[in-house]
Amino acid sequence: MSKDLKARSLFDPAILLPAARDAVLKLDPRQLLRNPVIFVTEVVAAVVTIFFLRDLVAHPAEAVFSGQIAIWLWFTVLFATFAEAVAEGRGRAQAESLKKTKSELVARRLLADGRTETTAATRLKIGDVVLVAAGELIPGDGEVIEGVASVNESAITGESAPVIRESGGDRSAVTGGTQVLSDEIKVKITVAPGSSFVDRMIALIEGAQRQKTPNEIALSILLSGLTLIFLFVCVAIWGLAGYSGTVLSVTVLAALLVTLIPTTIGGLLSAIGIAGMDRLVRFNVIATSGRAVEAAGDVDTLLLDKTGTITFGNRMASDFLPAPGVTVHDLAEAALLSSLSDETPEGRSIVALATGEFGIASKTRTFDATIAFTAETRLSGVDLGTRRLRKGAVDAVLRFAGVSDQEVPAEFRRAVDQIARTGGTPLAVADGSRLLGVIHLKDVVKPGIKERFAALRAMGIRTVMVTGDNPVTAAAIASEAGVDDYLAQATPEDKLAYIRREQQGGRLIAMCGDGTNDAPALAQADVGVAMQTGTQAAREAANMVDLDSSPTKLIEIVEIGKQLLMTRGSLTTFSIANDVAKYFAIIPALFVATYPALDALNIMRLASPQSAILSAVIFNALIIVALIPLALRGVSYSPAGAAALLRRNLLIYGLGGLVLPFAGIKVIDLAVAALHLV
Amino acid sequence: MTIIGWLQISLLFLAVLVAIKPLGLYMARVFSGEKTFLSPVLGPVERGLYRLSGIDPAKEQSWLAYTIAMLAFSLVGVASLYAILRLQAYLPLNPQGFPAVPSDLAFNTAVSFVTNTNWQNYAGEATMSHFSQMAGLTVHNFLSAATGMALAIAFTRALARSRVATLGNFWVDMTRATLYVLLPLAVVVTLIFVAMGLPQTLEASATATTLEGAQQVISLGPVASQEAIKQLGTNGGGFFNVNAAHPFENPTAWSDLLNIFAMLSISAALVYTFGQMVGNRRQGWALITAMAVLLIAGVAVVYWAESQGNPILTTLGLDPAQGNMEGKEVRFGQSATALYAAVTTGLSDGGVNGMLGSFTGLGGLVPMFLIQLGEVLPGGVGSGLYGILVFALLSVFVAGLMVGRTPEFLGKKIESREMKFAMLAVLILPLVILGFTAISAMLPVAVAAIGTPGPHGLSEILYAYTSAVGNNGSAFGGLSGNTLWYNTTLGIAMLLGRFAYVVPVMAIAGSLAAKVKTPASAGTFPTDGPLFVGLLVGIIIILGGLQFFPALALGPIVEHFAMLAGQTF
Repeated sequence: MSKDLKARSLFDPAILLPAARDAVLKLDPRQLLRNPVIFVTEVVAAVVTIFFLRDLVAHPAEAVFSGQIAIWLWFTVLFATFAEAVAEGRGRAQAESLKKTKSELVARRLLADGRTETTAATRLKIGDVVLVAAGELIPGDGEVIEGVASVNESAITGESAPVIRESGGDRSAVTGGTQVLSDEIKVKITVAPGSSFVDRMIALIEGAQRQKTPNEIALSILLSGLTLIFLFVCVAIWGLAGYSGTVLSVTVLAALLVTLIPTTIGGLLSAIGIAGMDRLVRFNVIATSGRAVEAAGDVDTLLLDKTGTITFGNRMASDFLPAPGVTVHDLAEAALLSSLSDETPEGRSIVALATGEFGIASKTRTFDATIAFTAETRLSGVDLGTRRLRKGAVDAVLRFAGVSDQEVPAEFRRAVDQIARTGGTPLAVADGSRLLGVIHLKDVVKPGIKERFAALRAMGIRTVMVTGDNPVTAAAIASEAGVDDYLAQATPEDKLAYIRREQQGGRLIAMCGDGTNDAPALAQADVGVAMQTGTQAAREAANMVDLDSSPTKLIEIVEIGKQLLMTRGSLTTFSIANDVAKYFAIIPALFVATYPALDALNIMRLASPQSAILSAVIFNALIIVALIPLALRGVSYSPAGAAALLRRNLLIYGLGGLVLPFAGIKVIDLAVAALHLV
Repeated sequence: MTIIGWLQISLLFLAVLVAIKPLGLYMARVFSGEKTFLSPVLGPVERGLYRLSGIDPAKEQSWLAYTIAMLAFSLVGVASLYAILRLQAYLPLNPQGFPAVPSDLAFNTAVSFVTNTNWQNYAGEATMSHFSQMAGLTVHNFLSAATGMALAIAFTRALARSRVATLGNFWVDMTRATLYVLLPLAVVVTLIFVAMGLPQTLEASATATTLEGAQQVISLGPVASQEAIKQLGTNGGGFFNVNAAHPFENPTAWSDLLNIFAMLSISAALVYTFGQMVGNRRQGWALITAMAVLLIAGVAVVYWAESQGNPILTTLGLDPAQGNMEGKEVRFGQSATALYAAVTTGLSDGGVNGMLGSFTGLGGLVPMFLIQLGEVLPGGVGSGLYGILVFALLSVFVAGLMVGRTPEFLGKKIESREMKFAMLAVLILPLVILGFTAISAMLPVAVAAIGTPGPHGLSEILYAYTSAVGNNGSAFGGLSGNTLWYNTTLGIAMLLGRFAYVVPVMAIAGSLAAKVKTPASAGTFPTDGPLFVGLLVGIIIILGGLQFFPALALGPIVEHFAMLAGQTF
C-alpha cells in the first residue's frame, strides 16, 4: 500500500468534492430512513420549507426568519450526509490502492505452444498454468504439477526454514504470495483471482450497503428513543404554550425539536463506523465485518503464538559459561572460530555475541577442515592447525572429547542444568579432548514486548502465549515476556479447547494464526486474524486478514476496536450534554413575550428571541461539520484502565459538551446580530 | 434555615442509614428462601397458603410467566377493589352509612391503590366505609407494595444469575414479601403509632364540645394500622383528606419522623438487598449514594426556598425570618415539612404533611421534579429499585462506550434488546405526563378544575399527571380532581405508569438473565465507585431536566422568577 495514501489529509479535495455530490444524492428520504434522527430532521426541514413558502406569500416580514431556519435545517441534514460521504470516499480510496497491490503481482503464464507470456496475476483464470522461478512470488493459490522447489512459507508455518513443494502427493499445494527460493516449478492455478479473499474484502470496503453493527443498532435505538421523547416534548410545549396564551409557530417548534434531538451523533454515527474500518485498512488489516472490529474492542484474552510474536523465532546465543580453568575469552574465541563457517541462525548468533558483547576480533581465516552439522553427529566445527574445535549437543561433544560421565566437572554440569531449567538450549564447546564450556542458546524475547503486555494488562486484557515447547521452556519464556498465562506443548485441539473454555466463562478471545490447523480455533475465536500469507483455510475461518502478516498486529486491532466504541460514546455524551445550553437559548426566547420574568433564564444574554433561536440552529448544524475530523480520526486513545479513560472522556466530552455550546451560541448570536440577519 | 432544622433532617437520614444493612440482609434472606427468625411462626402459614392456592414454591417462572402472573394478579385486584367500593353500601362496617362510590371515582381509586399510587380524589373520612378502608384500601397497601418488591427481586435475580431462563416465582416472592417483611413491620409500627396517640378504633367518630360550646363531630377509625402500611409500602394514601397534616395521622414531630423513617427504610434497604443478592455490596451502596445525593439536594433546596419566604409578603411587613409558612403545620415547621415533601416525592410515597401548592415556586418545583426524575430516590418499594437499575443501564450504555467496550453492567452486556426495552420504559414518563398535561391545558373542561389560573394552575395539572404516572399519589392541591375527565385520565396515567413501564423492564430482566456473566477486569467500567455515582446522578438529572424543563419553565419556574420580581398570578 502506498505511503502517500496513509498520509492522506482529512481535507483532501479529491475526496471532499465527490463527497459533496454524494451528500446531496444521499438526501433521498428512502436512504435516510436508515438513520432515524437525520430522517426526522429532513422531514422537519421540509415542513419548515413549506411554512417559509407560505410566509413568503402571506407574511413576507416573517419569511426572512423562517427562510433562514429552513436553510440551516437543510444544512444540518446535508452536513450529516456529507460526513458519511467523506468516510465512504476515504474507504473507496483505500480499496483502489488495495487493487493496485494485487495487480502488481505478475505471473508468467504457460501458453499451449510452450511459450510463456507475462501477465498480471489478476488476469489468471482457474486452470491456468504458470511458471515460477527462484526469487519470484507465486502469483496465486494453486498446485504444483511439475518440478520441485524450496519455498519460503515462514509466515504459514512459523518456521523460517524453507519447505519442499513438489508435484504429486500432499506437498503440492502452494499459496499465492509465498516465495520460491530455488529451482522452478509449474503451478496450476486453482482459485480464481476475483474470488480470492482480498478481492472479496475490496468489494466489502467499497460496498455502500454496510450492515449496521450490533452496538451501532443499540445506539441507534437509544438515539431514536431520545428523538421520540423530544418529539413529545415539542408537541406538548405547543399545548402548554396555548394554555399560557402564547401562540408558537411551527418554525420555532421545528427549530427547537431539531436542536434537541441528537443530530450531532446521529449525523456522525455511520461515518464513525466506516472510519473505524478505514483505520484498520490503514494498518493493513481487513475485516470481513464491522462486527469483528467492535468485538476487538471487547476482547478479554489475546492468544499469541510464541514464535514470531513474542520471540524472534530462532534460538540465539545469549551467554558463554566456561568450564573450570578456562577463561571466558578463550571459550568465546573457540565458539567464534567453530561458528565462522556455520550459516545457521544459531551459528550467526554465536558470532554476533562473541564479536559484539565479548569483543573477540573476527578475522577471515582458512581452516584445514570444516565439519558441518549432521543429524547423526549433532556437532559442527573446524580444524585449525592443531586445534580441533567442536560445538554441539552436550552428549555429542562429550563423546567427541572422550570425557566420561564421571570426569565431567561439576561446574560444567551445573551450567548445563541451569540452562535447561530456564528453557534454553546448552551447546557444549570442546577443543580436542579439552572441554571449554557451554554456550547458552535461548529464545530471545522481542524488545518492548513486555511493556506492551503491561499496557494490555492495564486495559484489562490477558495475554496467553501458545507454544509447542515443553512446559519448562514455556514457563521461562512466559515469565520473561510477562504474559499472564501460557499453553505449552499446544496442539491445535488444545488451542480450540482453551478458547472454548474461556468463552464459557464469558470472555471474548482474539487470536491470530496462519496454518490450516489453526482454522478451527480461528473460527471459534471472537476475533480471528489470519495472516495474508496464511493458508486459504485459515483466511476463510478468520474474520480479519492482516496484509502485513505481523502477529503483533492483534494489539493494534484491539486498540482500534476500543477507539471506535469510545468515539461513539464520547460523541453521544457530547450530543446530549449540548441540549442544556440549547434550552437556555430557546425556552426564554419562546416565552419571554408572555412571561417577561423568564428573561432571567436567558443567561447568555442573547440579542433577541429570533436571533437566539437562529443561533442555536446554526450552532447545531455547524457542530456536525466541526466534528467530522474527530469522527473520522477517532478520539485519542492511550492504553489505560477503564476508570482513567472514563474520567478523561467524561471531562472532555461531557463537561465540554455542557459548556462549549454556551460559548458557541453566544458567538453566533453576536454575529447574527452584527449582520442583522433577523 | 436553622441548626435545629438540619439536625432533624440529619437525624432522619442517620436513622435510615443504620437500618439499611440489617433490614437489607434480612430481606436478602427472605427472598433467597432462607430461614429467618420468623420462620417458625410464619413458615406453616406460608406453606398453608401455597397448599391452599395450589402453588408449587419450587417451580420458577420465566420473565413472561412472572409478568403475566403479576398482571393477572393486579387485574383481579383492580376488579375486586372496584367491586368493594361500588358495593360498600351493602357491605358491613359502614357506621356512617356511606353510599356507593361513583363509578369513575371507584375506577380511579381502585387503579390508584393497586398501582401503589394512592392518588386520592376523595376525602377518606367522608367517602369510605371502614370496610372499604380496611378490606379494600389497606389490603392493597400491602399487596401493591409486595408486588413492587417481587418485581424488583426478579430483576435482581436476572443480574445475579448467569445463563438462566427463570427469575423466580411471583406468587412466592409476593407472599414472602407480605408475610415476612411488610406484615411484621406493620404490626410494630402500628403499635408505636398507637402509643404516639393515633386512633385505632372501629368507632365512626367522636363528638366533642368546643370552647365556644358548639358540638364538633371528629372522624375516627382504624387510623394507626392504615398509617403504618401507608408509609412502609410507600403508598401514601391517608385515612383523612389532609393526609399526614392531620393531627390524628401525624400528631407530633416524633410521629412525623417515624412516618418518614417508615417510608424510606424499606426502599433504601431493598437496594442493599440487591447488592447482597448480586454479590456486590459496593454496588448496592453506590446506588444508595446516588439516590441519597439527589434526595438530600432536593431536601436542601425545598428547605432553603421555604426559609427564604416570599419577598412580596416581606414588603407587606411580614417578618422574613418566618420564611414561608403558608400551607405548613406549625408543629412541623419548614425543616420537617421540606423533609417530608422531598422524601415523599423522591420516594413515590405521596403522603404529605403540608400543602405543596402553597410552597414557593422553587419549593413546589422540587417535589414535582423529584417525581419526574423517575421515582428512584429511592422510589417506591421495589419500583424504585428496578427504576434506578434502568437508569444504571442507560448510564452504563452511554458512558460505558467511552471506555472502549460494549457496555456491561455487573458482567451482563447491554445490547440492542436491552436498549429497546429500556427506551420503551423511559418513554412512558414524558409521553403520558406531557401528553395528558398538554391536552388538559387545552381542554376547557379540564382547565375549569384548576384552583388558581396562570402558571400555578398549569403546575396543578402538571403535578397531577406527574404524580399519577410516577405512581406517587401526592397532590399539589388546588385542582378539583374528582371529575369524570381527571378520574378517567389519571386512572389511565397510573395504569400506564405502573404496567407499561414494568412490562418492558421485565423483558430486560428476562434478556439479562439469559446472558453469561462476564468476569470483571481492569478494562471493565467500574459501576461501584464514585465515578459511576456521579455519572448516574448526572444522567438522571439531565434526562429528567431535558424532558421536563419546558413544562416546568411555564409553571413553577415562571412563578419563582415572577415572585422575585414582585409579581403574583
